[in-house]
Amino acid sequence: MPTFKVFRYDPDKNDPPYFQDYEVPDHKGMTVLEALYYILENLDPTLAFRSSCRMGVCGSCAMHIDGQYGLACETQVAALGNKITIRPLAHMTVIRDMVVDLDPFFAQYEAIKPYLIPKNAPGPREYAQTPRERKKLDILVDCILCASCYGSCPVVGTDEKYLGPHALLKALRFIDDSRDGQTNERLAFVANDSGIFRCHTIFNCQQVCPKDLDPTGAIGKLKMKSLWAKLTGKLKSSG
Amino acid sequence: MFYDVIIVGGGLAGLRAAIAAHDAGVKVGLVSKIHPVRSHSGAAQGGVNAALGNHPDGHDDTPERHAYDTIKGSDFLADQDAVELMANMAPEIIIEFEHWGCPFSRYEDGSIAQRPFGGAGFPRTCYGADRTGLYMLHTCYEQVVKRNIDVLYEHFVTRLAVKNGRCTGVIALNLHTGEFEAIAGNAVIFATGGSGRVYSINTTNAHASTGLGIAIPYWAGVALKDMEFIQFHPTGLEGSSILMTEGCRGEGGYLLNNRGERFMKNYVSEKIMELAPRDIVARSIQTEINEGRGFEDSFVHLDLRHLGEQKIKEKLPGIREICLKFKNIDPIKTPIPIHPANHYTMGGIDCDKNGETSLEGFYAAGECACVSVHGANRLGGNSLLDTIVFGTQTGRYVAGKVKGMSQTVDTDALNNGLDAEKERYERLQSSEGKANPYDIRNDLSKVMNEKIGIFRNETDMKAAVDEIKMLKIKFEKLRPIPNTVKFNYDFLWVTEIAGNLDAALAIATGALNRTESRGAHYRIDFNKRLDDEWLKHTLHTYHPSNPEITYKPVTMGKYEPEERKY
Repeated sequence: MPTFKVFRYDPDKNDPPYFQDYEVPDHKGMTVLEALYYILENLDPTLAFRSSCRMGVCGSCAMHIDGQYGLACETQVAALGNKITIRPLAHMTVIRDMVVDLDPFFAQYEAIKPYLIPKNAPGPREYAQTPRERKKLDILVDCILCASCYGSCPVVGTDEKYLGPHALLKALRFIDDSRDGQTNERLAFVANDSGIFRCHTIFNCQQVCPKDLDPTGAIGKLKMKSLWAKLTGKLKSSG
Repeated sequence: MFYDVIIVGGGLAGLRAAIAAHDAGVKVGLVSKIHPVRSHSGAAQGGVNAALGNHPDGHDDTPERHAYDTIKGSDFLADQDAVELMANMAPEIIIEFEHWGCPFSRYEDGSIAQRPFGGAGFPRTCYGADRTGLYMLHTCYEQVVKRNIDVLYEHFVTRLAVKNGRCTGVIALNLHTGEFEAIAGNAVIFATGGSGRVYSINTTNAHASTGLGIAIPYWAGVALKDMEFIQFHPTGLEGSSILMTEGCRGEGGYLLNNRGERFMKNYVSEKIMELAPRDIVARSIQTEINEGRGFEDSFVHLDLRHLGEQKIKEKLPGIREICLKFKNIDPIKTPIPIHPANHYTMGGIDCDKNGETSLEGFYAAGECACVSVHGANRLGGNSLLDTIVFGTQTGRYVAGKVKGMSQTVDTDALNNGLDAEKERYERLQSSEGKANPYDIRNDLSKVMNEKIGIFRNETDMKAAVDEIKMLKIKFEKLRPIPNTVKFNYDFLWVTEIAGNLDAALAIATGALNRTESRGAHYRIDFNKRLDDEWLKHTLHTYHPSNPEITYKPVTMGKYEPEERKY
């Protein structure tokens, strides 16, 4: 029976954060999320954690699981040891237990204008996009905004102005979309010290992404694109 | 806080309704217990139906044909005017999503790719690999961000404010502060999703899909409709019941029993095979299991191996990812163990094609609503379509209704609602009972799966009704909930379970009353469809122990009921 050592914090009570141990009976195929539900439902109804789809697509249950950021719902208990440490995502204010304040995370996402700004006015039919053009968006569009990358990024932890791996990946998702007409404006927005040039290329985001996306690579690609845009005179911003 | 239109629920129906109402020029507030991008619309995989005619074998497809397939799929219980509206609006509304940037998969000519789905005369299911819902949900949320629409996320709505037969707002617990808030509005649209968690031990649905959004208006006197029609998806992953998209079969996957036989040939024509509608495929799989032709008496195989590595990686990458992560098998090399699992609530809040209900100022759209376009059995690819068509339709209609209306804040109704919720919260905290709410939920789920499942009969259903009533009594004597202030999830789940119990009782009583078989409601003691007596919608009106059941006619049209053969 593994022991879960779970981070606990309630700012409404005056106690500092602490870890609490729970013994959870495991079974074949049990996930960390199921273990957390076992604790909430049978051992301690005060435990707070987000979750919903339990199938790795809604992005609610990102946390720090035994030394690695990821989704509790798709982490198998059997793959971990007998003592499993559970902590919230880093770099965000803890509201309670595993629940952190995601407002800054979403504010940065919103800052990059995360919506298509089309090149051409729409007609009666779909914008034509070939499979090859669409393939450029593969994996970029699979981001579930779980914030695992954000929690793992040391730059996020030290510079609140940094846009973050999630927002920069999203910027590339639109820049690489054959239908979008704002490439240079988008590049200008990210090609500065709060954007792509702030990334220290530490690869944590790439390592932890539960969807196997590559925000580090996306930032590298944005650097090349902005350099090229600068050389060809399309980009005038500083940086 | 006042909005012209309050929308509750941040999935596709709620987001699309918010956009429609906002674009019509009214002030919209979207309230959701989870962040919109966490909504279960994002878990939809296989695609969304629209007669675009892009598929090489689908050039002759039309909205009329789409409507016919949907009506036949519904076992003729759908309202035909609403189905026609949905099928007619489908192409333009999918094109609009594409214009918003939705990353659909493509054909060489640059048009949106389509795949075959169950019960459809032509391949008309538009898709983005096997992550169509995720792409559509994020695209729709992006448009909400673009419009700067107010989103109150992690606000848990627990009650309607009603005065003199008119809905004037909602009461919500702000999980971030632990305070109840009264939100006033000239209209309220519920787009809160389905109730799969009533069957929690065997459902494809998210933890959030509890059906509380169906129970809240039901408690306030709004009738529910056709709740006995519960869809079991043929292919839930063995154990966790995670959805394995119909797209697996659309792309050519086989269903095999323990003899290695494609058993669907024994149930439907060889032309249709695995692509029969879901009710029929689910019953066929369950029959194989029940008659000893399954594996370990609990599952059959969904075999994709012959599709080859490239096709699986390109068209079904999400399925492969789930199989690897949750089952440690690679569908390129190993068949997927699957069994039917609760999936979709065909019934819901009784409303018409504008989302209008019997309660003035209160509307519904998406899975929580029952328009009805799915009747007794929904076709795959029609649920995403339902959310965006009726989200749009309801958002526009409601905006038209409230436009120019003066700001009416009914302080009495809101304060009474606030007091009632605070009082309930305190009562739960000082409860002196012993019962664990989650044991009650698990017991409920067991009753529902065993007794109101794929094959039903009177004895089981009578027992189920009694057992649900017992569980409701037990639920009155809960152990106290904790006194934590922020993100008191125990309070949230206890409230959800209260909704589960009454949704379950509506399902069970509706099913017991309907002495025929139609679509997903299959009774071994009445195994024929009986149109003379039962071609009618069930209406459920709330009563704590004995829900009142009445009926109303189906809106027919040009399609006369026929024998449903595939």
